[in-house]
Amino acid sequence: MKALPVLCLLLWVCALYLAGIYLFLSGFLLVRLEVNRTSTCGDVLQPAGEEHGDFCRAQPRFRRAVLLIIDALKIDFARFDPNNTTPRPYENKLPVLEETVSVRPSHSRLYPFRADPPTTTMQRIKGFTTGSLPTFVDVGNNFASSAILEDNLIHQFGRVGKRVVFMGDDTWESLFPKSFHRSLPFPSFNVKDLHTVDNGILQHLYTTMVGGDWEVLVAHFLGVDHCGHRFGPDHPAMADKLTQMDGVIRSVMERLQNDTLLVVMGDHGMTDSGDHGGESQKETDAAIFLYSPSPLFPARPSRAEPDVVPQTDLVPTLALLLGVPIPYSSVGQVLLPLFPSHGPAEGVAGGLSQLDALWINAKQVNRFLETYSGMAADIPADILSDLKEEFSRLSADYLAAVGGARSSSPQLAAAMQAYLTRVRDTCRATWAQFSAGKMAAGLAVLGLACLLCLTVSEMSATLMRGEGPGLKRPAAAALMTAGCAAAAQLLGRGSVEAAWCLVAAALGFELAFLWGARQSRGIVMATKSVSKANKGGAWPRLHRLLAPPFSVLLLRCCSLLSDSYVIAEGRAVTFLLLSLVLYVPVRLNWEGLLLPPGPDPLKAAGLLPSAPLSPSAVRRESGALLGCVGLLIGCLFASLSFHGCREEQGACQPSPFLAPLSRLQDNQLRNLHYVLAVCSLGLWTYLLRRCLRHYGNLNSSGGAAFVARWLLPFLFTCLVLHWAVSATPEDSFRNLSELIGLAQLALPRTAYCVLGLALVLIWVDPLTVFVKTKSTASGSAPLPPPRYRASTGISPQAELHHLIPQLYQRMRRSLDDGEQSGSSEAGGRPTVEAYGLGTAYSAPLLLLCGVLGVGLLLLHPEGMAPSFLLLLLESGALLHIHASAVSLSGRQRTQAGGFSVPWTPVISWSLAASQFFHATGHLPTFTSIQWSSAFVGFPDGHVGTALPATLVILNTFASYILFGVGCPLLLLWPLVREVHGSRGGGRACGDEGEDAVMEMRLREKPQQFSSALLQLSARYLFVQGVQVFFSVCAAAVLRRHLMVWKVFAPKLMFEASGFLLSCASLLLGVTLVLRVDVAVSRWFKRLVPDGARSKRTHL
Amino acid sequence: MWDREIRAMVSTHAIMAASVFMATVVPAVFLPGFSVYGTHLSWLYSVSAAVTGVSVAVFWLLGIAQPTKKHSLGYKLSRLCRCCVYFFLSCIFFHFVVLLYGAPLVESALETFSLAVLLTSLTTLRCLCVLGPNVQAWIRVFSRHGAMSVWDTCLQITVACTLVGAWVGAFPIPLDWDRPWQVWPVSCSLGAVIGFLTGLVAAPAWIHHHRKHLTYKSK
Repeated sequence: MKALPVLCLLLWVCALYLAGIYLFLSGFLLVRLEVNRTSTCGDVLQPAGEEHGDFCRAQPRFRRAVLLIIDALKIDFARFDPNNTTPRPYENKLPVLEETVSVRPSHSRLYPFRADPPTTTMQRIKGFTTGSLPTFVDVGNNFASSAILEDNLIHQFGRVGKRVVFMGDDTWESLFPKSFHRSLPFPSFNVKDLHTVDNGILQHLYTTMVGGDWEVLVAHFLGVDHCGHRFGPDHPAMADKLTQMDGVIRSVMERLQNDTLLVVMGDHGMTDSGDHGGESQKETDAAIFLYSPSPLFPARPSRAEPDVVPQTDLVPTLALLLGVPIPYSSVGQVLLPLFPSHGPAEGVAGGLSQLDALWINAKQVNRFLETYSGMAADIPADILSDLKEEFSRLSADYLAAVGGARSSSPQLAAAMQAYLTRVRDTCRATWAQFSAGKMAAGLAVLGLACLLCLTVSEMSATLMRGEGPGLKRPAAAALMTAGCAAAAQLLGRGSVEAAWCLVAAALGFELAFLWGARQSRGIVMATKSVSKANKGGAWPRLHRLLAPPFSVLLLRCCSLLSDSYVIAEGRAVTFLLLSLVLYVPVRLNWEGLLLPPGPDPLKAAGLLPSAPLSPSAVRRESGALLGCVGLLIGCLFASLSFHGCREEQGACQPSPFLAPLSRLQDNQLRNLHYVLAVCSLGLWTYLLRRCLRHYGNLNSSGGAAFVARWLLPFLFTCLVLHWAVSATPEDSFRNLSELIGLAQLALPRTAYCVLGLALVLIWVDPLTVFVKTKSTASGSAPLPPPRYRASTGISPQAELHHLIPQLYQRMRRSLDDGEQSGSSEAGGRPTVEAYGLGTAYSAPLLLLCGVLGVGLLLLHPEGMAPSFLLLLLESGALLHIHASAVSLSGRQRTQAGGFSVPWTPVISWSLAASQFFHATGHLPTFTSIQWSSAFVGFPDGHVGTALPATLVILNTFASYILFGVGCPLLLLWPLVREVHGSRGGGRACGDEGEDAVMEMRLREKPQQFSSALLQLSARYLFVQGVQVFFSVCAAAVLRRHLMVWKVFAPKLMFEASGFLLSCASLLLGVTLVLRVDVAVSRWFKRLVPDGARSKRTHL
Repeated sequence: MWDREIRAMVSTHAIMAASVFMATVVPAVFLPGFSVYGTHLSWLYSVSAAVTGVSVAVFWLLGIAQPTKKHSLGYKLSRLCRCCVYFFLSCIFFHFVVLLYGAPLVESALETFSLAVLLTSLTTLRCLCVLGPNVQAWIRVFSRHGAMSVWDTCLQITVACTLVGAWVGAFPIPLDWDRPWQVWPVSCSLGAVIGFLTGLVAAPAWIHHHRKHLTYKSK
């Protein structure tokens, strides 16, 4: 058995997948650290020498402001073209803007207002209140609530005592909880509802404006956006909506007072189909309209007007106009036309000059950059130092200008503007632009990794024989390409980015490997069968890809490309799994293997191969198969009742089992749930022990058997007690509260420790083989052996006999010098009996799964225990179906010793992992993460973040972990079950055929064992990896989709993390199998006396 | 011999397809407000009834199912009774399977059962007509070497097409398009009927195409 090559290859494949995922995510998921500092009034003091006093106390230019946010107000909607005689429904519907601009040019201006991607409403609201560039993952933001923690305009208004009144889209309420003086949120979720939000605002807007209890009024209209989503811009409904907005703006303008600023703006645009979220110009270009009854713009419109106002610029402008400090993390620059160029303008009280405003702005931006670069290193260092130098030069110039009282210098203002622009561009390049190159590279690496995985699985036998492409040459190629990439970067740009070297290395490795595989396959083909290769061509392969298991996989992958299917994923996966399971008996029946062949004339004529099994065995196997299919279907159906609900699913009730017991009010119901959970867990433990006992694995005195015998029941007790304690209502048993608190702490921690101990024991001593020699049989056997033999009916002695007949003779001679032939058990038996040798490989694996399952269940709500039981039953049923199908189709016997696992069970196994992800109450959304699992055993919270994160991850991906660890069982189970097929009828002990070798068959053919193990793992990785690949494709292709940040990006994150854990757990399972193999070898070595060592070569 | 059987099959299938068509059109003429989406259940039952009637009539006239031996009236009656029982059992079986596939458990039980009736009349009924009430024979037919006549092969193809059609029909249900045909069980029953019609066309075509390779053993 070659352990090292198998592990190396699997590790390489996993590493390639992970490299691809990492590359894609680094281009797709824009990550930014949040700076949790706030600006204060003292920060914006003028430079020394000037006696301006406290900035906030000075008289601002405007006392009040009205912000009308019209969601998705595209610039095309706001423009008015009098020459256009046949306007489209969305054109020329807001004449008020153009009229005002032309009639009162010094009071108003209309600009295109460019948003930064992602152009979704929540991110945009964050953007134009903080002045920063929010990304998908703002680190520091806690996922559970979406409140903005960064410094923002609303916060600053509140600090200065300005009363903010809000009405409209309820997103604001979740972003700024309790920040408003008064707030009237309306539900934004229903996209089909065009009027609720707008009419709600209109009911209150005018009365609020006339009443004086506000300084800032924010009104967020959603009608235009919803109209776009529902009908698209080119629809009469849009005309109605825009006309309504025109009226609103007019009415608001009539009610404005002289000290009030009006801002009408869109938060983003929309595509021609009415969607938004991406980065095309149609989506990013909104409109902004500024108006005040008092003169607003000191200068007439001129050439120097900006073409486009970036969205971030609103924040510093509004802040300085209203006299509040610029929020700490803003990277915008003030809108210069609003400020007079020469000192405090005539007639405008408290205004800042352009230069002053720019100076305050530059200072604030510089301070933010310094803080940010101290926290994170994602802004390139050379640019950063450049910017710093630039700022110190500007500040020196400015101080000189102010000190020298020179009137103004346009160059200095221009330099400051250039500085601010550069800072913003740097930040945008870091945070707000998808890196298309990295995304494409990630996709390529991932796609090739899938292909490579497929190749490995198809060529596993060749690879294990050492004929295939080795790892050395591809690794060398990888190193070389990485070196080339690094050198090219050094020459081209002068710096090396590790990501591109990684791309080069991964691609180099994959291409070299695939090339090598192609060549060696050519050799194999040539040597094997020329005629077959000629006849084959592309047809059979295409045909094979359309076979039902692959079509199910393909359907599953395609379902990841549609948001509806991702939303309904739990049911979709169940549907596909059910179809695949039903396909197995149908297929067997089609092959004529399900029923025992009757007296068939065809067989006599040689048209059918002779049946490998006797009719009664076939009937029994078919019965078992159909029974397992029934059990599996039952499990699938029952598992549907454990699903949670996404917010997108309207009429959906989350499973009642998801609530923790302590939250159930009804006493009887709580008891019922508790009993159900305890029964399920008990059954889980019982079934595991029962299975191990059945195959005689409990007899041994090793570590693993100790785990099964004592630790598993102990864990069970811990869990049951823990549930009981945590389910007690807080107010009852007041006098016992200390005890309860202690138990809440101690019980789960004990369980963790026992779990750790169990894992260590299984690892250290995985062998569950009990050797009984004649001399010890009477004395030291802990349990009466005949009982087990009766229940097992396994033939350990026959195994050994079959395996090493000659060694037996030697051992016989060496062990029993004084043979007691009078013993009751002697009759012709060999002297050494090994119990549980037939399941030496699967028993520790099964045990590991069982123990892990109990541990993971600890992290779930109690109600999930039945779901875990279903998981055990379903995986057992899957294994049995696979084993029965194998023995029915007689693959074991006809294909000489090939242990290879076909695709159907592997795909079902992987689908079952996804299915139980949902059936354990999880969903691929961040809001559905079960945070309470972080506090199991730590009710008072944590110190660090690593431990709670681990617990939450283990909780979320429990099913992926269990199915990953259990994956090698697919290889072992047909061998375990084999004995039943060949043993004729009776379940009693006795008639062991020579065939009953079970898993020791693997030791006979170590080459095939390792190649089959490699193949199985590669297939499982391929099936999981292809799903990740498709969700990556979904995120890449649909990055402008409305639902990208709500559905696809979270799905991608969950799929990728699930894949990561699948990889890790699969490797754990494979490693355990290899570890057992080593232990078994050692065991044989110990068993066989030294003199016979030379004979072991044939093993 | 081949040609005659294929020709018989083609004409039989043409009659069946016509009956489906008529079951859709004729009630629309006589019943006000009848439409495939609007009054889906009545359409469904009308199609089921039409297909049932036509298949029974056609296969009885053709005399495929009945061995030529004369049987007593009592035997025939008991056979008829068993057919009816099997029909009903098959409805329940399909209902159960559709439920397992994720159909709503309680609220639209009638719709689910109607779909089961439709599936039964498109698949099981044909088995009953061709093979008689003999489950063993049904299971045998659906294996590679199980077909014993052209009609068995034809049965394989139409049944598979119908079931696959109904299966595929479930795909559009989760999509958020808000179309009238996405309502349960419209898409599935439409899929089943379309699959059935496809099967009616495909079976003779396939048999005709493969007539050189098809060999049947006699019972």
